[in-house]
Amino acid sequence: MKFSRIVAALFAAGAVLAGSAAQAWEPTKSVEFVVPAGTGGGADQMARLIQGIVAKNGLMKQSMIVVNKGGGAGAEGFLEVKGAKGDPHKIIITLSNLFTTPMATGVPFNWKDLTPVSMMALDQFVLWVNAESPYKTAKEYIDAVKKAGPNKFKMGGTGSRQEDQIITVAIEKQTGVKFTYIPFKGGGDVAVQLVGKHIDSSVNNPIEAVAQWRGGKLRPLCVFDDERMPYKQKVTDTMSWADIPPCKQAGVDVDYLMLRGIFMAPGVTEDQRVFYVRLMQRVRGTPEWKEFMEKGAFNTSALMGDDYRTWVAKEEQRHQQLMKEAGFLAGSK
Amino acid sequence: MEEISSLMHGFAVALSPMNLVLMFVGVVLGVLIGVLPGLGGANGVAILLPLTFTMAQTPGGTTSAIILLSCIYWGALFGGAITSILFNIPGEPWSVATTFDGYPLAQQGRAGNALAAAFTSSFIGALVAVVLITFLSPFVARFALQFGPPEYFSVYLLTFCAFIGMSKGNPVKTIAAMMLGFALAAVGLDKVTGQLRLTFGHTELLKGFDFLIAVIGLFGIGEILKTLEEGLEFKGTQAKINARVVLETWKELPRYWLTSIRSSAIGCFMGIVPGGATPASFMSYGVAQRMSRQGAHFGSSDKPQIEGVVAPETAAHAAGTSALLPMLTLGVPGSPTAAVLLGGLLIWGLQPGPLLFTEQKDFVWGLIASMYLGNIAGLIVVLTCVPLFAAILRIPFAIIAPVILVICAIGAYTVAGAMFDVYMMVVFGVAGYVFSKLNYPLAPLVLAIVLGDRAEESFRQAMLVSQGDLGIFFSNGLVGTMTVLALGLLVWPFLAGLMARLRGKS
Repeated sequence: MKFSRIVAALFAAGAVLAGSAAQAWEPTKSVEFVVPAGTGGGADQMARLIQGIVAKNGLMKQSMIVVNKGGGAGAEGFLEVKGAKGDPHKIIITLSNLFTTPMATGVPFNWKDLTPVSMMALDQFVLWVNAESPYKTAKEYIDAVKKAGPNKFKMGGTGSRQEDQIITVAIEKQTGVKFTYIPFKGGGDVAVQLVGKHIDSSVNNPIEAVAQWRGGKLRPLCVFDDERMPYKQKVTDTMSWADIPPCKQAGVDVDYLMLRGIFMAPGVTEDQRVFYVRLMQRVRGTPEWKEFMEKGAFNTSALMGDDYRTWVAKEEQRHQQLMKEAGFLAGSK
Repeated sequence: MEEISSLMHGFAVALSPMNLVLMFVGVVLGVLIGVLPGLGGANGVAILLPLTFTMAQTPGGTTSAIILLSCIYWGALFGGAITSILFNIPGEPWSVATTFDGYPLAQQGRAGNALAAAFTSSFIGALVAVVLITFLSPFVARFALQFGPPEYFSVYLLTFCAFIGMSKGNPVKTIAAMMLGFALAAVGLDKVTGQLRLTFGHTELLKGFDFLIAVIGLFGIGEILKTLEEGLEFKGTQAKINARVVLETWKELPRYWLTSIRSSAIGCFMGIVPGGATPASFMSYGVAQRMSRQGAHFGSSDKPQIEGVVAPETAAHAAGTSALLPMLTLGVPGSPTAAVLLGGLLIWGLQPGPLLFTEQKDFVWGLIASMYLGNIAGLIVVLTCVPLFAAILRIPFAIIAPVILVICAIGAYTVAGAMFDVYMMVVFGVAGYVFSKLNYPLAPLVLAIVLGDRAEESFRQAMLVSQGDLGIFFSNGLVGTMTVLALGLLVWPFLAGLMARLRGKS
């Protein structure tokens, strides 16, 4: 331990002397990649893909080990990284629970306790209904929900007081309807519940529902983003991701994107942070990554450094606002 | 039959020398993973997933990759039984029910028979499930779609009721143990409201009590404490060890054909639903005990039954195998391991779902063929090792006990990488010892820890759907039948007792 720190310090010192920050620091042992969620979910898939890309292309001399710490809606993972002050061999991938978990449960951590590395992508949300239902547009659906009266239509989503429910509440605020929100364990479960008509709609991420869409079981109504998704390749016989209209155009003025970003432990050096920023940059440059982005219809925005920090701060504000409006803050009923 | 020709094509894909080697490697790794408590099949598959990333890039490589990973899964299913029978430590959640009769058998020197029966039953259960997958997958996938929250709850209710009804001990103690289990299962995040509960501000309790920690402590450590008290030796030392033990057991097994059929059916049903292998094994054990003529001897220390090993093992393996079906056709994993495999498919660029069977014929049928071959490979590997495993019991207790303790501690640590869990394991160990001294049954406690929060979650989801109306559990034929069946099983012992008393009076 001590030795490796000294080596790292020497390397860092050397780099400063050389006046260049290029690859000044490198991991000296295997890097633990924390996933604050269970195995098999969206964050887990992305982490394991990154691990695979890094290993396959030899982007790092040391190996990367993915560990799932999903307890307490991810609090377990965040607290671990928060507690590993100054440890450069621990990184964490985040989803929206970076904001929602501390707000909803009061567990003591905040993104400022971590060191932001890089945004990898943003995950889209799409409003889905069963393909056998009569609704062809978001407006038709919302009108039907309104007509049926409060709590008659069931919206399924992943988890409670998390992104899916935040979007549901935002739709309710915007349009004056009232859903019965039913939390499920994972996105795949939600999609299948919708196919089985146990719920009326969902706000699944594209990758969670695409298989059922292609199988003709689900129908997308609108995407919760300002503009259409850029992927024009046909997914079903008649539609591509780009054919799904933004919800705003469809009369539901709600937009929400979920962060898929990388953070490190607090108190790491600048060189250590730069190493991971570059590593992630190279990951994003690989064809495997691009293929994954297209398959999951991700928004490929990527930010680093101060831009990333500013974005996260703004997003925290927004979640604070959304969670407050929805009555989801810890201690509120 | 189109399926037959597809399957033959699948065998052609799976039978390459490379794939055969991968199969054996996978099974051996899987058995090791299954033996180590804590390092479950899901972890094992997850650790190896990135290695397959490169493999999957070559032509036909995705099939090889899934063969490797699914064989680890089969291996883990087989391996879970080993420590349950030898040391009363279930390596995997679904082998808890195997300990009830398997461990007493081992203590009587019949470890070899119990192991051989467990492995053979596992194989039969898996075989039935694979045949089901081969011929009935479209129908079965449609059936699984009928399961919403109320249906899930009724399945869990059925498991609990099948299990409570059969309990021989004091019913008050059974209920007390089960309620304690529910309380432990409730600790951590309440998934329906997104709030923490029963953590009392301790961040260690955030993730709740993992089932494995409880099991390692209650069974493993508890057993060692008991053995210490009883005189520092394993009772299995007189175990006869010869290769014929397998054949002897095979001669005995056909007697339990009815149990095998019943257990396979329960297992397939629970795997497809997907309720999972753990409830399947408990339910099957409960039903077998009720139905068998030897039922009264199930789980007893003086006359343990091979049938009590056959029932849970057949069901667990049938469920574990058929759980892959909802994963492939619906994209819903039927078990934690299936969830990791699902993630693997997505990373390799395959999309599980309704179209997988038509778009990726090679892959799907290669996988199905590998299920047949992988299970045969697994059976060969584990059966040849039966005498070896049984020989472990010959090691003096003074040597093996510390080794077991260390393995338990490592296992508990591995679950979440937290020292706190190791302390909890010790606490559970003492609790397990006290429980058995006071004659409180451990099984209901464990069952409640495993299924408690899942049952609670689906109950509350159902209540949200129905806006609080309990009638939802009788709202259609499927859920109504299961609920009535569950309640029937629950009150059956009382009714039977009442009837016997009435008859006695008249």
